[in-house]
Amino acid sequence: MSDITTENRGSKNLFPFKIKVEPRLDEPKGWYSALLSFLAVVVALLVGAALIGFAGGDPWASYKHIAKASFGSVGVFSDTMVKAIPLMLTGLACTIAFRMKLWNIGAEGQFFIGAWGASMVVLLPVLPEDAPRWIFILTMLAFGIFFGALFGFIPGFLKAKYNVNEIISTLMLNYIAVEWNNYFIYAKWSEGGFQMSRMFQRNAWLPRLADYAKEYPIFRGLTTHFGLVFALIAAVVIYLILYKSQWGYEIRLIGDNPHAAEYAGISIRRNIVLVMMLSGALAGLAGMSEISGVVHRLQGSISPGYGFTGIIIAWLAKLNPFAVVVVSVLFGALILAGREIQPTGIPTMIQGVIMVCLIASDFLLRYRIYFARRVEE
Amino acid sequence: MDQINRNEDLERVVRMQGIVKQFPGVLANDHVNFDLIHGEVHALLGENGAGKSTLMNILSGLYKQDAGTIEVHGKREVFSSPRDAIGAGIGMVHQHFMLVPSQSVTENILLGLDEPRFRLNLATYEAKIAEMAERYGLHVDPRAKVWQLSVGEQQRVEILKMLYRGADILIMDEPTAVLAPSEIEELFRTLQSMTEKGKSIIFISHKLQEVMEISNRVTVLRKGKVTSQGIPVEGSSRAELARLMVGRDVVFRIEKKSREAGEVVLSVKDLKATNNKGIRALNGVTLNVRSGEIVGLAGVAGNGQRELADVITGLRKADEGQVVVQEEDITNQSVKVGINHGISHIPEDRTHVGTAPNLSVTDNVIMKNYYQNPVGKGWRIDSTAATDYARELKKAYEIMVPTVKTSVRLLSGGNLQKVILAREISSLPKLMVAVQPTRGLDVGAIESVQHLLLAQREAGAAILLISEELEELISLSDRIYVIYEGKIMGEVKDGNIDKIGLMMTGTQLKEIEEGEISQ
Amino acid sequence: MDILIVLQAGVATGTILLFATIGEIFTERSGVLNLGLEGMMLLGAMTGYTVSASTGNPWLGALAGMIAAGLVSQVHAFISIALQADQVVSGLSLNFLATGISLVLGEGLNSLKNVPQMPSFSIPVLAQIPVLGRIFFSNHSILVYIGYLLIPLCWYYINRTRPGMHLRAVGEYPAAADVQGINVYRLRYFYVFVGGLLAGLAGATISLAVSPGWFAEKTTSGQGWIAVGLVIFAQWNPIRAAIGSYTFGALRRLVLDIQGPTMILGLANPFYYNPYYGFFLKMLPYAFTVIFLVIGSRESIRKRIGTPAALGLPYIRGQRGL
Repeated sequence: MSDITTENRGSKNLFPFKIKVEPRLDEPKGWYSALLSFLAVVVALLVGAALIGFAGGDPWASYKHIAKASFGSVGVFSDTMVKAIPLMLTGLACTIAFRMKLWNIGAEGQFFIGAWGASMVVLLPVLPEDAPRWIFILTMLAFGIFFGALFGFIPGFLKAKYNVNEIISTLMLNYIAVEWNNYFIYAKWSEGGFQMSRMFQRNAWLPRLADYAKEYPIFRGLTTHFGLVFALIAAVVIYLILYKSQWGYEIRLIGDNPHAAEYAGISIRRNIVLVMMLSGALAGLAGMSEISGVVHRLQGSISPGYGFTGIIIAWLAKLNPFAVVVVSVLFGALILAGREIQPTGIPTMIQGVIMVCLIASDFLLRYRIYFARRVEE
Repeated sequence: MDQINRNEDLERVVRMQGIVKQFPGVLANDHVNFDLIHGEVHALLGENGAGKSTLMNILSGLYKQDAGTIEVHGKREVFSSPRDAIGAGIGMVHQHFMLVPSQSVTENILLGLDEPRFRLNLATYEAKIAEMAERYGLHVDPRAKVWQLSVGEQQRVEILKMLYRGADILIMDEPTAVLAPSEIEELFRTLQSMTEKGKSIIFISHKLQEVMEISNRVTVLRKGKVTSQGIPVEGSSRAELARLMVGRDVVFRIEKKSREAGEVVLSVKDLKATNNKGIRALNGVTLNVRSGEIVGLAGVAGNGQRELADVITGLRKADEGQVVVQEEDITNQSVKVGINHGISHIPEDRTHVGTAPNLSVTDNVIMKNYYQNPVGKGWRIDSTAATDYARELKKAYEIMVPTVKTSVRLLSGGNLQKVILAREISSLPKLMVAVQPTRGLDVGAIESVQHLLLAQREAGAAILLISEELEELISLSDRIYVIYEGKIMGEVKDGNIDKIGLMMTGTQLKEIEEGEISQ
Repeated sequence: MDILIVLQAGVATGTILLFATIGEIFTERSGVLNLGLEGMMLLGAMTGYTVSASTGNPWLGALAGMIAAGLVSQVHAFISIALQADQVVSGLSLNFLATGISLVLGEGLNSLKNVPQMPSFSIPVLAQIPVLGRIFFSNHSILVYIGYLLIPLCWYYINRTRPGMHLRAVGEYPAAADVQGINVYRLRYFYVFVGGLLAGLAGATISLAVSPGWFAEKTTSGQGWIAVGLVIFAQWNPIRAAIGSYTFGALRRLVLDIQGPTMILGLANPFYYNPYYGFFLKMLPYAFTVIFLVIGSRESIRKRIGTPAALGLPYIRGQRGL
């Protein structure tokens, strides 16, 4: 057997020169990849503009509005950050799973369950109402992470044991999580028959910058909360795991070539379960942080699709934890300002276009395209 | 002389002249001439990479030559696809069968044809195919699904596929590589009967024995050039042909110092295991390997070698039997246990098993020791230590790569194998299991690999060398076991090719020796 | 609670899943995984509804829905086949894209009134058959009857015709097909398109027949994903797909109806007395999908043949052994 390259049969007969596509023989420069990501976003915005126009809106006004409404002042920037915090966490959740080619589409459901777990501490209740704040926070943190991990364990186990496709199982669990929460929202923990629980008491709230307005007047009205610290710590932890730890090496190896990992003696099944649990834990943490830092009660609408957007963020960040943080801020802006844009599906659509462009651009990383003069064959 | 003159009068069904084919970095065919006489079996002989497959791929329409002409039945032909070639009556049976496993024999044969138009009325075609199979002695059940067939039967389906399309010139690419000895006999009988019915056959091989047995004439290729065209097999000797093929005396042994082997490192006792298809692949294998020796395992592919390597290294469960390394029973323990006992594995499949294509050289090279000092510290990986380690190996093994950060998928076959060897050897293994380590490599790379194995032998490692290249086994091994249908037929210490050959076809060593005595 | 009504409505709801599942079966049989079903269905529903409203003709609406989904499927086809990208990620992006487009262009559709629907009727003689007549042949949208016809036709096409044989070959062992001159790439584009057409039809079935109206994402509420799971349960066989789809349809309807009566089978109905248990009922279809998946996966392992062997792998000519 010899390594003979493939024959290129059939070329385009229309032009005096043909388009040749060849696998790259060397790595493209590092900045090339980032450039492609950037271009993907630009193209997506252009396509989005076209579609907005087609639907009868004014694209440039919309975009200007987005920019102003999310970065225009310290106040709105703070709001952007608030939206970015859960995105960072779900983005990290997806990152670690995708690194192992585990397609966790269930970050949304794990988010809900994490929120539920954290709420349980207040609403069951697990702690007396006047317990010190830091105990509340820690306990809610633990519950959020635990239940998120549990919800990640289920599809992980099913895949490891029965080879059940994790895309579908995590997705189904999303819907199950919503109904689970609904039961508690409408029935068990409902406040006066309304579709929400009672408001959490203050000592179950994550501290916000605004809480310190008395000492630092500049913080007045800023809703950025402690969840940001969780998110940043998580980013560092995931970075350490992926690039500096032995476990991360195993994860990356399994993701690239499971046969090689097996050959090296790494247990794939165990890692499927562990990584899904970690992923679920992160998404659960996102839920806890949102519940305790922003919403302060358990209700139906606690997420404008944070779990799903996390997927796109992870992809756009090329599965790099620090890039996830940066990209999350951008998407936070999109979500924040996007609420006011008509029509309401614009952010979702732009996200879709971004992903499509990204994947298409991946091709350019592996192949070179160039024009060659046609020679008579 | 007479013979050649007589040949001039016979019909040349194929004439290829001045064929040139260039691939990036290698001139695969260098002005090659080839002709085929009606009703003959003509062997195309040469080592791996000599250009035989390329030449035939051109003839069968898969590739287009850069220069040169092809005449079929006296007519100039230009093929732009395999369909054109079939139209001219040329059909190729590839080494890797192009059959859809889940479909039936009939469906596979009909694949791509314009008939039947829409409805699959298989019954009619099944009958036609059964009749054709009968005619040519290619017994196979037209309704069987391909995955249920043995390799030999699948090959018959491939042949029938070509015959059904009206091929009267058949190209067989290394057809015996995957067959058991009894199936090889059948194949040769079939080929005989086909030539009697007027078919002409081109037989690509690198196995001298078979070429001598089955063909009328032989053309030898070496490094893209013809060293001898269309010479009758009858007059030639094995040694002559070998020399034409390789360009040097074949009985060339690598400088191997004789050594006293040490303690037993690996002991396999009565091992039984099943393969992926659920069939018993190992039927009670017993062998041992001592430190400081290379033990070869000879056998036709598919007799259990792969499964044996898998069980020893922990990738497959044994049904019965024991694997003992240095007095410790590690049967059915995990792969990591094996690694911790000093077992190194050079896998058959470099790209799909041995390496992770998108990870760097460094990442690939630390696959076995990432959790040990100095690379692994506690839960961390010390990336400086890892990079230093990779750089050392790059230098020591002369791995041609820009930096150790390069993705491994960009490496050539030879360099990839060096990466794997570097990794496996530098862990100072007690036992090395090397499966087809030189397959698909060019001559320079082959030499490097073989020297590395010998160096390990010097250093006291116990090496189990599983290979399909008999010459390689004989020149490297201190002793050779032969495996056939999952059992060891015998052990040979003197590299006696005849004994080995007989064992590979199913005869036990005992019987051979008894046979000799009774002579 | 009338069990017959549950089953009858189940057949109708099941038809939605049927179209989507069979469409995906075609796509996956050719070796391409298309996870964008949910988005394509939504697009089909939205387009069908809009076009029906503006032209006054539900047939045009359904057709438009099919074509819209078919066209958008080609984006995924191009990325997966020509650019050889990871089919999972590409399918997910298609989902986002199609969903996004549907939401954007579907803005305000829910305010439309009296959008023409597909005709419904009963089949004369067959509707009289006791039990079965009620369930299968009474008062159904024409799309349901089209569904019945589609099942045997698709089965026959895949298993008993030459193009069907080529389809199977391309998904199992594309190299074998390629060597025989079959254009693997072209066939794959085609069958992805077919999958898109049927997904669009499934969407149109929702908005123009079974659950008329436009409810943004809630229009499909996960049925596209359930269909992906059903393909595995169906073991890529249209007949099993039908069984799965109708069963599921009945299950969804059951979940709605079971809260009505005060007694079931002689016992007090817990769902009547505690309506909040309804949330757990709503979980059932999704939980069942997972169970179906486990069953299907185990069967795939047990039988040697199941998943099309080349599913999800881009075909690169020259790669030996798939």
